[in-house]
Amino acid sequence: MTAEALVSETKAPVINPNPNLRFLEEVSSRTAGVSRLEMCIQCGTCGGSCPSAADMDHTPRMLFAMIRAGFREEALRSNTPWICVSCYHCVVRCPQEVHITDVMYTLKSMAIAEKLYKETTAPDFSQTFVDMVENYGRSYEFGLATRHYLKHYPLRLPSMAPMGLGLLTKKRMEITPRRIERIEQLKAILARAKELELLS
Amino acid sequence: MSRYLFYPGCSMESSAIAYHESLMAILGPLDLNLEEIEDWNCCGATEYLGINLIPAYALISRNLALAAGQINGHNNNTVVASCSACYLNLAKADHYMKERPVLGEKVNLALAAGGLKYQPGALEIRHLLDVIINDIGLETVQTKVVKPLKGLRVAPYLGCMVPRPDYNKHWSDHEHPNELDRLLKALGAEVIDFPLKTHCCGGHMPQISPSTAFELIRRLIQAADEYHADVMVTVCPMCQMNLDAYQGETNRHFHTNYHMPVLFFTQLMGLAFGLEPRKLGFGKELVDARKAMSRIGVEVPQDEMQPRKARRKKEGLPMPSMPGEEAE
Repeated sequence: MTAEALVSETKAPVINPNPNLRFLEEVSSRTAGVSRLEMCIQCGTCGGSCPSAADMDHTPRMLFAMIRAGFREEALRSNTPWICVSCYHCVVRCPQEVHITDVMYTLKSMAIAEKLYKETTAPDFSQTFVDMVENYGRSYEFGLATRHYLKHYPLRLPSMAPMGLGLLTKKRMEITPRRIERIEQLKAILARAKELELLS
Repeated sequence: MSRYLFYPGCSMESSAIAYHESLMAILGPLDLNLEEIEDWNCCGATEYLGINLIPAYALISRNLALAAGQINGHNNNTVVASCSACYLNLAKADHYMKERPVLGEKVNLALAAGGLKYQPGALEIRHLLDVIINDIGLETVQTKVVKPLKGLRVAPYLGCMVPRPDYNKHWSDHEHPNELDRLLKALGAEVIDFPLKTHCCGGHMPQISPSTAFELIRRLIQAADEYHADVMVTVCPMCQMNLDAYQGETNRHFHTNYHMPVLFFTQLMGLAFGLEPRKLGFGKELVDARKAMSRIGVEVPQDEMQPRKARRKKEGLPMPSMPGEEAE
């Protein structure tokens, strides 16, 4: 390489010489607020603070290293975001103030969009919950519980019967859904929001 | 007297009806006035955020827009939420729309489709407990106590989403806040310094990964039991649901036999204010609280579901039982 070529190469604007870095940027840009994901120093405080880390494929620290290294598919297939319980223990302890819980939400939404989740129980639950909310404007526990448990946990039903019966007889679960008055307004807002989501 | 805007959230009408009933009962003694946001919708809990970003924030923000539209000369710009997840979601939407204006712009474009708009920062989002402690004050609460809860050993349990992430610094600590302890002490209860007071109840895990949920529930119930708590006291519908309704399944999962009643702090406030247990949602809990409450001479009504006598014979096959049923 000639000296001139070397100079011209170093002068060229360097934007992402490593294409894998784009995954980090993508995750960051899809996260609400400022994710600060690039600030992670791999200290492991997150995994050490996590009450459900034992059931995760990767601790949050490992997952963030994978995102940084551009392991797109592996990261989106990890069960970690689905096992995250949104307790925010890691968030308040993170010395770099990474918005860890919100990054987990982003990874879930990306895994759903690309159908990369390994297990359908969690995405199905979220989707069923959201379907009810989009139709009624309120959550509808009885519909959600029956639909979800019949599909995913038929064998748990006998063990859960006393609880379900208890909730019903104590009037802690309503059999019919409640609908908000201006459901059409909410539907219009959500339809517009979905268009905006696709544009971004 | 302060008049606040009020966002109850879906659980308050169903699984946490005891929270709602007891809250309504103590408004009078506390001289607290709550004005419900008209036609509010679900906040999306922890589910919508994991599916779609803009729709999730638009869903939350419809409530903020409606609330802001309800501000007038008689109330202030504070929205009080009683449910932890609702409180966090409302605060989160307001906070992130400020932190990242482009999110606020997109959410407002979506809201415009319904003729609404919201200026981030227009409202202050606070949890009910915060308002009781910091606005009404413990001195006022104490003056209303006519029947101190003397002799009742309580484990204060806040769960996660009230003290964390705490965008607006309302709480004394992220992991060991003392607000609930101080309130329960003011009611005359014997308060345990409960180290797991902000640990996770499992959230939506009973529906997604039951073994994960049962382990988290067990940790809390076992700790409260080891500290000889008579009852656990919570501020969150989800925590109450997981610890109370899933306690039976957790016991079966681990072959344990814990029996830990889980009540809302508003129910205990009502009791201390001398109100009728029937008006405070007592009897709605699935883990029987009668024995615990009888320690302080409170009779819990159980007329809604009479425990049936087991029809099966003693020599029959072992069957699942709810906590509190006699082991045979």
